[in-house]
Amino acid sequence: MTVDAMQRIQAAYQTLADEARARQAQFDQSPLPKIHIGMATCGIASGALETQAAFETALSERGIDAHVHTVGCVGHCYAEPVVIIDYPDSGFPPILYPEVTPGKAKMLVKLFLEEGDPRFEHVMGATVENEMIPSVMEFARFNRETRVIMDRCGRIDPEQIHEYVADGGYGALATALCRTPEGVIAEVDAAGLRGRGGAGFATARKWRAGWAASGSDKLIVCNADEGDPGAYMDRTLLESNPHQVIEGMIIAAMAVGAARGLFYVRAEYPLAVRILTSAVEQARQMNFLGTDILGSGLDFDIDLFQGSGAFVCGEETALIRSVEGYRGMPRHRPPYPVERGLDGRPTVINNVKTLATVPPILEKGGDWFRGIGTADSPGTAVFSVVGNVTHPGLVEIPMGVTLRELIFEICGGIPNKKQFKAVQIGGPSGGCLSADFLDTPVDFDALTQAGAMMGSGGMVVMDEDCCMVDVSRYFLDFTQKESCGKCTFCRIGTHHLLEILRRLTRGEGREGDLAQLETLGRAVKQGSLCGLGKTAPNPVLTSLAYFRDEYEAHIKEGRCPGRTCRTLTAFYIDLDKCARGCDACVGCCPVDAVFTTSNRKKGIDQQVCVKCGECMVACPPDYDAVVKISPATLAPIIERPAEKKS
Amino acid sequence: MKITLTVDDQTIQTQDNSSVLSACHSAGIYIPHLCWLETDAPADAPAACRLCFVEIDGFREPVAACAVTVENGMTVNTGTVAVRSLQKTALKLLLSVHRVDCKPCPANRACQLQNIAKFLGAGLGCKPFERVLKEPEVDVRHPVLDYYPNRCVLCGICVRICRQQHQQTWLSFAGRGFNTVVGYFDADPDAAADCLSCRACLEYCPTGALVQRLADDDR
Repeated sequence: MTVDAMQRIQAAYQTLADEARARQAQFDQSPLPKIHIGMATCGIASGALETQAAFETALSERGIDAHVHTVGCVGHCYAEPVVIIDYPDSGFPPILYPEVTPGKAKMLVKLFLEEGDPRFEHVMGATVENEMIPSVMEFARFNRETRVIMDRCGRIDPEQIHEYVADGGYGALATALCRTPEGVIAEVDAAGLRGRGGAGFATARKWRAGWAASGSDKLIVCNADEGDPGAYMDRTLLESNPHQVIEGMIIAAMAVGAARGLFYVRAEYPLAVRILTSAVEQARQMNFLGTDILGSGLDFDIDLFQGSGAFVCGEETALIRSVEGYRGMPRHRPPYPVERGLDGRPTVINNVKTLATVPPILEKGGDWFRGIGTADSPGTAVFSVVGNVTHPGLVEIPMGVTLRELIFEICGGIPNKKQFKAVQIGGPSGGCLSADFLDTPVDFDALTQAGAMMGSGGMVVMDEDCCMVDVSRYFLDFTQKESCGKCTFCRIGTHHLLEILRRLTRGEGREGDLAQLETLGRAVKQGSLCGLGKTAPNPVLTSLAYFRDEYEAHIKEGRCPGRTCRTLTAFYIDLDKCARGCDACVGCCPVDAVFTTSNRKKGIDQQVCVKCGECMVACPPDYDAVVKISPATLAPIIERPAEKKS
Repeated sequence: MKITLTVDDQTIQTQDNSSVLSACHSAGIYIPHLCWLETDAPADAPAACRLCFVEIDGFREPVAACAVTVENGMTVNTGTVAVRSLQKTALKLLLSVHRVDCKPCPANRACQLQNIAKFLGAGLGCKPFERVLKEPEVDVRHPVLDYYPNRCVLCGICVRICRQQHQQTWLSFAGRGFNTVVGYFDADPDAAADCLSCRACLEYCPTGALVQRLADDDR
């Protein structure tokens, strides 16, 4: 490429960037208060739309002029709806408020925006260092993160391309367009980037194969068919900063020589679909997509395909079948999609997070990226940490941070003074790790070695009240339902595994069940056709390896250590604690199992009780008289007094 | 081009683009299989029945012979312990959802499941798995054919052969996961009546799961 051509590309980008910066500067320098509201699906689910409406109503009622700015998600799910108020004239720095209900919104408009009092009791922290209010960066949940992929999430409005461009967005594309495809791939290779979809395959190797594949009709596909229970990294990214993914895809297309791109997004992500559609359209208008992109001669455009929610369509060959209009069933590899993909064309398939990592690598260099994380797993990992943790949400950490640091230091540990029991990593394909593995570093190889897997980044933390047999049953139930039915081992094998687990949770376990779980589990792992079948038994096999005592307790003692399996547990009322005359539990019992004893305390009729646990919730904390126990036979029997004749 | 490979200490010659299964088949070496058609190229084989496992030097685990293209000098073993163990498990799994009531079955004695069980010396029981059968026993939605889900092994050959013969298929997989069946979607009944002049699916079905409907008197 000539120097002239490079200058032309840079100049074309510079013009667009200058315009965007000028527009953004107007907003940034405005003296009016700015109210940034997190409006990704998680925020909306917690009531962000109502919060936004409350802000707007209160502002107009009080005649206050302010910008209500909708942004994506910052990843702090425990604090949704999250609002940042930047009110320069108040003298305070921008302040982050958690859990802003409509009532709180109205109050903040009146007291902060009108009267200048930021109401310290509702503040989480300032978003910048200052002398007046402690910064959120003092919290581990903020300062232990390293944000490469999620850097702009929650800062910019995903529906305004100029905000992304003003922040340096699409600059990496301009840089890449000035280089050769080999040069771009070499940079990604130098970064050591591994696919973020789960298996950790080297991205540069895939791209080289794509580049080498013959044919002028190559395709690049972004796999956004995120389906693991408890995982929502891709959704949040697409809803909060779609342009970084689009930019990564254009760079990838340029590197492999693809003329068309395709986003495969689940239809269950309507907001992501809407935002992505508008983002693609805006990118087209600014000539980041279309013909002769930035005057470089590169032609590339993107389509969107909505998957219908089959988990198996996240498997790349099934994904291709489903786009082709067939039933989403995997086929064997090789041939890999990069040789023979969609409609037989060479197809490079990358995960959302992989593509989002590409622009920062091109911008800051492969060496910079290698400086983060571990030697074999460079960069960062995005996890959606959910379950029994104090501060759940999306966390982006450098690879190599241990599970202990992630769960206890960054995410605040286990709430309600409970003990940690297990962490399920990698969703239904991953494994359950026990406390012995808390010092395992989070990277592709260490997790695989431990029997779990990185997966796409779902992490479910469980406390002492979880039953590991029941957790395995849950995941097997999921994979069994989501099996495509094509191959024998996955279709029938997972069914039998599930039946055994169901039996165990009902207390009908038999001698030999555990051996059969192991033998069949290993056979399904070895014999199945696709990656999903091959990993389906992982939750069972790992929990059997690390929590065998729980399985044995179910079979031999009829005891569920987590006191979760209903047939193996019972509720009873501790008569020493029960208060005479209190009727809280009586009223809440849906089946009239609670009766009054002769001394006006309460008892539970075990024959009638359905073990819903409502009485335990209803019993006032002062008495705390309802006890849950396993095995069920340990519950003391209290006779219901004979009914009085009336 | 002809190439040479070693199968169970026997040297065989084959075309360089054929699958290991096809090479063995041509050389008269039997490998159990249900979903493979002789015309299948390695890349197109469904590899769904998971029976044609073999061990090949250089591969870590047993692989489906239908999906691997032969290479010159390849060493293949068709009867190792690991292979037989997987094949027996696959067979038991298939039998665990199969109504083993061979006498009235039209496929009796020509049935591929019987053949494979005999070859593996495994019998037709499904222990240690419990037998789970589908309801109803017969699906009569097709105008002229009856489908027996509890005989079907879901090899998918009927679906594929129908497409090959007619460029589109009257039969298709329906349901998902454990509940997958071969379904017929109420297309043009006149066209479906032509099924009797084709009969490809009936002839290819390895287990008698698809049969021509008899008049009520002949049942």
